[in-house]
Amino acid sequence: MTINPDQTIKFSPLHRLQWEEAQQKDVILYPEGMVELNQSSAEILKCCDGTRNLAQIVSDLERKFATTGLTNDITAFLEVALKNGWIQQN
Amino acid sequence: MAGSNKTNPTTALRTGITPPRWLLAELTYACPLQCPYCANPIDYTKYQSELDTEDWKRVLTQARKMGAVQLGFSGGEPLTRKDLPELVKHARDLGYYSNLITSGYGLTEEKIAQLKDAGLDHIQVSIQASTQELNDHIAGTESFQHKKDVAHLVKKHGYPMVLCVVIHRENIHQMPQILEMAEELGADYLELANTQYYGWAHANRDLLLPTKEQFEQAEQIAQAFKEKVAGKMKIYYVVPDFYEDRPKACMNGWGTTFLTIAPDGVALPCHSARELPGMDCPNVKDYSIEQIWYESLTFNFFRGFEWMKEPCSSCDEKEKDFGGCRCQAYLLSGDMYAADPVCSKSPNHHVIQEAIDSAKASALADNEKPLIFRNSKNSRLLS
Repeated sequence: MTINPDQTIKFSPLHRLQWEEAQQKDVILYPEGMVELNQSSAEILKCCDGTRNLAQIVSDLERKFATTGLTNDITAFLEVALKNGWIQQN
Repeated sequence: MAGSNKTNPTTALRTGITPPRWLLAELTYACPLQCPYCANPIDYTKYQSELDTEDWKRVLTQARKMGAVQLGFSGGEPLTRKDLPELVKHARDLGYYSNLITSGYGLTEEKIAQLKDAGLDHIQVSIQASTQELNDHIAGTESFQHKKDVAHLVKKHGYPMVLCVVIHRENIHQMPQILEMAEELGADYLELANTQYYGWAHANRDLLLPTKEQFEQAEQIAQAFKEKVAGKMKIYYVVPDFYEDRPKACMNGWGTTFLTIAPDGVALPCHSARELPGMDCPNVKDYSIEQIWYESLTFNFFRGFEWMKEPCSSCDEKEKDFGGCRCQAYLLSGDMYAADPVCSKSPNHHVIQEAIDSAKASALADNEKPLIFRNSKNSRLLS
């Protein structure tokens, strides 16, 4: 599964992304399961709000963290997210 | 265990104890179905009292504060509790991800919408078989068509839909049709739960345990299907531990992750633990969840490795499977400290083969005894 660069990306309505105080981590919750996220994965998923495509997410995060060259890492993570059903496109 | 709810356990007491992540709220033992593999205790009729709404809200609040995040509303049939929407709303306000584990019996479109508004995250509907005749026979209630209607409504209202089918000798031959049914109903998740032999399933084991050949064939079909529907439907396959060489890492280790609260308020490290001798399980009416989790004798009973006997205590796999299931060790060997007899290293491992042989003989017998259905009459007769 690959990310279509022209389409916007949104977090799946069948999952929930939330901050867990006890674990000091963002997590993805779904039926009978939970995935603990590191900070960068959580930052990427929070950008998946249905208004931005891949290039926009990359540029927003590069600006936010005052860095460049994030395209490959972000694309790779979003492909994993798409495969796991955490995000959707269309 | 401390008698006052003001006790504040020291940090030292908590060292190495992880907080609960999963809370199973068994709201009631009442159920309109009579499944002969029910995981409720055989003597459930002894426990008639039920926690009230305020008790449950307090339990949810306390466990959430400790870090519990996955919440299962179960039973019996949780829909028989009139306060379910109120509890769901309380759970949502606290930030739980809440799962309704239901037979679907009594679930209307109005109720599905009401629970969605209250903040319920998903509904798991159990179906007993792929045909009306067998479903209704196993459930002991006419329910097949309604369950299918409920599955459609769950999807319609935007919930992830989890279909759960408990697998045993009476329905294992329907595996291809069960998979097709799940696909047709648009299930997002399909849980194929091979029967675990506790409670009523233990009493009915001769009639429920399939042969190894049946298991292998069904598993092959399920695995092939899993690849076919990858990306569309997730299949959880609960393995039948009687045909494994090593035991399951039951509950991810005693008192590490899972907390079950029974209808009468008894706190359990797993839903079968109240059947273990001398457990004297604490009640949420007497203690806070924090006291129960960190300080109670029950929750500390099988934590760590100190309690183990040989062959577990010197086994290099003990950190992987924790010696297997304590309830199964007790049910099958009479000793809750023993290795789970499923393990081929267990001196009691022969009881597994004996159980398999006994079930096979029962299947071939001319006059196979009937299934014992889970109902109040049978509960009183057997306890």
